[in-house]
Amino acid sequence: MSETSVGKIVKVAGPVVVAEQMTGARMYDVVRVGEENLIGEIVELHGDQASIQVYEDTGGIGPGEKVVNTGAPLSVELGPGLIESIYDGIQRPLDRLVEMQGQFILRGSDVPGLDREKRWHFTPTIENGAEVGPGDIIGEVQETSLMLQRILVPPRLRGTVQDLREGEFTVEEPIGVLVGPDGERTELKMMHKWPVRTPRPVRRRLAPDEILMTGQRVIDAFFPIAKGGTACVPGPFGTGKTVVQHQLAKWVNADVVVYIGCGERGNEMTDVLMEFPELIDPHSGEPLMRRVVLLANTSDMPVAAREASVYTGITMAEYFRDMGYSVALMADSTSRWAEAMREISTRLEEMPAEEGYPAYLGARIASFYERAGKVVCTGSPDRQGALSIIGAVSPPGGDLSDSVVQATLHVVKVFWSLQGRLAQQRHFPAIDWLTSYSFYKQYLPGCFEDKDRGEAMAEMTKQAMGLLEEEAQLIEIVRLVGAESIGARDRMVLETAKSIREDFLHQNAFHKVDTHTSMDKQFEILKAILYFHAQSLEAIEQGVDTKDLCTLPVRTDIARAKFVEEQELERIVAIRDTIDEQIKGLSVPA
Amino acid sequence: MIRRRRQRSDHGSRGTHTDTKREPKMLKEYRTVTDIAGPLMLVEGVEGAKFGQIVDIEIADGTLRHGQILQVERDKVLVQVFEGTEGIDIERSTVRFLGKPMELGVSPEILGRVFDGTGRPKDDGPEILPDKRLNINGNPINPFARDYPNEFIQTGISTIDGLNPLVRGQKLPIFSGSGLPHDEITAQLARQATVLGKGEAFAVVFAAMGITFEAAQFFINDLTSTGAIERAVLFINLADDPAIERIATPRVALTAAAYLAFDRDMHVLVILNDMTNYCEALRQISAARKEVPGRRGYPGYLYTDLATVYERAGRIKGKRGSITMVPVLTMPEDDKTHPVPDLTGYITEGQILMSRALHRKGIAPPVDVLPSLSRLKDKGIGAEKTREDHADLYNQLYAAYARGKEAQELATILGEAALSDEDRKYMAYANAFEGRYISQGYYENRSIFDTLDLGWELLSMFEDTELKRIDPKLLEEYMPKFRQKAASA
Repeated sequence: MSETSVGKIVKVAGPVVVAEQMTGARMYDVVRVGEENLIGEIVELHGDQASIQVYEDTGGIGPGEKVVNTGAPLSVELGPGLIESIYDGIQRPLDRLVEMQGQFILRGSDVPGLDREKRWHFTPTIENGAEVGPGDIIGEVQETSLMLQRILVPPRLRGTVQDLREGEFTVEEPIGVLVGPDGERTELKMMHKWPVRTPRPVRRRLAPDEILMTGQRVIDAFFPIAKGGTACVPGPFGTGKTVVQHQLAKWVNADVVVYIGCGERGNEMTDVLMEFPELIDPHSGEPLMRRVVLLANTSDMPVAAREASVYTGITMAEYFRDMGYSVALMADSTSRWAEAMREISTRLEEMPAEEGYPAYLGARIASFYERAGKVVCTGSPDRQGALSIIGAVSPPGGDLSDSVVQATLHVVKVFWSLQGRLAQQRHFPAIDWLTSYSFYKQYLPGCFEDKDRGEAMAEMTKQAMGLLEEEAQLIEIVRLVGAESIGARDRMVLETAKSIREDFLHQNAFHKVDTHTSMDKQFEILKAILYFHAQSLEAIEQGVDTKDLCTLPVRTDIARAKFVEEQELERIVAIRDTIDEQIKGLSVPA
Repeated sequence: MIRRRRQRSDHGSRGTHTDTKREPKMLKEYRTVTDIAGPLMLVEGVEGAKFGQIVDIEIADGTLRHGQILQVERDKVLVQVFEGTEGIDIERSTVRFLGKPMELGVSPEILGRVFDGTGRPKDDGPEILPDKRLNINGNPINPFARDYPNEFIQTGISTIDGLNPLVRGQKLPIFSGSGLPHDEITAQLARQATVLGKGEAFAVVFAAMGITFEAAQFFINDLTSTGAIERAVLFINLADDPAIERIATPRVALTAAAYLAFDRDMHVLVILNDMTNYCEALRQISAARKEVPGRRGYPGYLYTDLATVYERAGRIKGKRGSITMVPVLTMPEDDKTHPVPDLTGYITEGQILMSRALHRKGIAPPVDVLPSLSRLKDKGIGAEKTREDHADLYNQLYAAYARGKEAQELATILGEAALSDEDRKYMAYANAFEGRYISQGYYENRSIFDTLDLGWELLSMFEDTELKRIDPKLLEEYMPKFRQKAASA
């Protein structure tokens, strides 16, 4: 680290402070601003003048006060203790801040991201004397019952391991020594730091080819996201972006979830904070929090820290990916992040592009999403990790031509389009089946152990989608010429499409059973709906009235199939027999 | 335009500075104003000015104005003048740097009083002897220290209690338009809001920003007639009061609210009326600073700025009081995508929309049920809070009304004769729903149980099989008695 230098403030305008005598400062160095030691980051240099974005409120700061350069970029601490934590945008633990300062966030506090006191049980997984390189796993810590944290050789280090020992250590205590090729000795610790704006290295990137299951029917069956894939959820307010994000955070089958609440509501974050610890992970039966890291930078917290929060979050996510885990990162909302960028840019008096956003908006968004991916991790043993990003976007007025939406759609592979119209009809999740898309659909069969079943599922979703599209056209016709003018088959299509919408796509996040649906259950529900459709069409051929078919009691069974518990799937399977029975019972007019 | 109202120099008499961290302050005076443009003033040669602090400006005729530092660059200080810059000249104005942020003196005495938009007494009462002086900007609440809003507030208004329940600590704005009766509904809210079965200290803080004398007086009279004025604090910036002062008004009001809620254990309902005027004042400052404008000329930081106002609502763990907020805003041309309602909607926990169409039909209060939403409703209702059937019931009422509304529209296009039997039934339901459920008037205070029962009564028009959103168990339990009632009627 370079020596620290002291500069002097010359200008304060909101979250941006300009200081001079900053010789030797580098872009993105972290500085401490003013007598109160506010945390800031250098974002522009002119000669010995530096513009600084300050992560805390700058009220009461004025020219003449000192600025101290720490000489290091904004970094996060990586090591045991991340899981179950709740941080602000620059990795200050919010629970510790409450202990230190009370219920309101005050300025100038310095709290390390990882607990310095806590001891973790470290178990080496390699022998002393082994040659190791960057990213090699040297040991393990059981951080929570769900998280076995693997301790890696920090990037850029190489050499022979000595003195590696099992025992109880804090994150700062040496667990061994690394002797470099030139005899240089470096202490190995469980914690290391990494600058947030630099992606962590990987050995090789792979194309995503496996579905990240979410238990949300419209997503899994129709618009799935892959492990290592990217998705965006744009929608006007009130369409349930946050509920979708929460649902994914709760139910995805990833090993680790990093949830970033970026510039969103305080009460919403509280909901996450109070609800998550009580949720049970359906895959393991353990509390869900044991695999979650939360970042909360609510909208009333300083804007610059909001800008940093997505980088803080993704660096943590990359760290877990490097251990060989599948990580899912949710950012709610990336629009707030973009707005923070815009606000800082305005204060720097940069030339704006569209809607006042800086010209580099698109590039920043693209490079953020590009940090997702399925990778071969550096180091041995060989392992693969995946990092999926799901970003919410809050376009003004729900207008999809918004710069942030457009820049995001350029790079993401999955688009869940939330519609105000659907939300008004209380159709949740309000993901529009006609405009949404996913580039990962071809991997859907892989979700099933039984290959044929997987293929059948893919076939069924294709058929269901076809029916929904046909419905959209038929509705147009009905609107123009009235419901009487369409034939019996078309009327049946309308009925089935409605059933797909109401009984399959519609999912109640707050219902204890409906909130999560396994792939097998999704298969059975969809099968029941389409089976009824096929049998009905046949019956119609034989002259049965559509109306009689539509009022069969078995349709209630189909409608309630989503509320059937996972252990009782055979009850959904049995619906098909009931369909046969009841249709057979209908009289055919002579 | 600007009325000169304050001849009295009251800052000197306001006592001690709370800011003891820095060197003891001399009040520094400068006569070095170099530029005045719009509401802004540039002062040069200033030493030791700090961002965000306040200044007094003594102008040629001896009157006093107040301002806040927006930017400091070396010895140049940019000041926004709350009362506007009319009559200020460059040569003979004196600027006094007070070396402290804008503060509000608070004590329990503020209850029952009327203040101006920056917190100075406006009624005939005495000056407040403050318990303490608080920075009006407050500090963000640590999300970890927040307590989740989950206590149901009964407002006595069916469209809110039944369909979009309000809970303590929530911020639920009313999106209205010019000529719609948002004043009546906010007055009704302030009058009727209670928490079931609890006799806890309750207060109303009302911040008026740029509303008319009439609108403010209506509200004050309403509070006075019910005696509620005793537990109300009013901050009034009328349409003819200085526009820039409005930027401070919601913050001053929320500082008073925070004091009452978190120091005095009261449950505070804050009404901010009208936030559109506040945003316009903000836009005025931004334009004067020649900032790059965002949508419709509003500054790019409007979201952040609004958030620092709205997010001060809430509950805090370990504190008994709470702040519940009802901001009112008028949507220009009833456009929900206008930046002010749009950004507000992204911060608040839902919205209550007023409908011009319903208002024309004479339905009062004309709450547009379909686009209205309370995001925290699920936390505040259910067996122990209201009644077990509440959630299913509002889903069903809502869905059926959405359907009925479509039928209503269809009927206006095609004529009622063209409707199918089913459509006709839903239309009848929608009409009944509007006439009985929504339209209750401004003086009927319905208990939540009356509201719920009315919902069942309306739904008894349908067969059980059509009520798909209600748990069959609940249907069995509740429906029969309402069917009997309907049959006997």
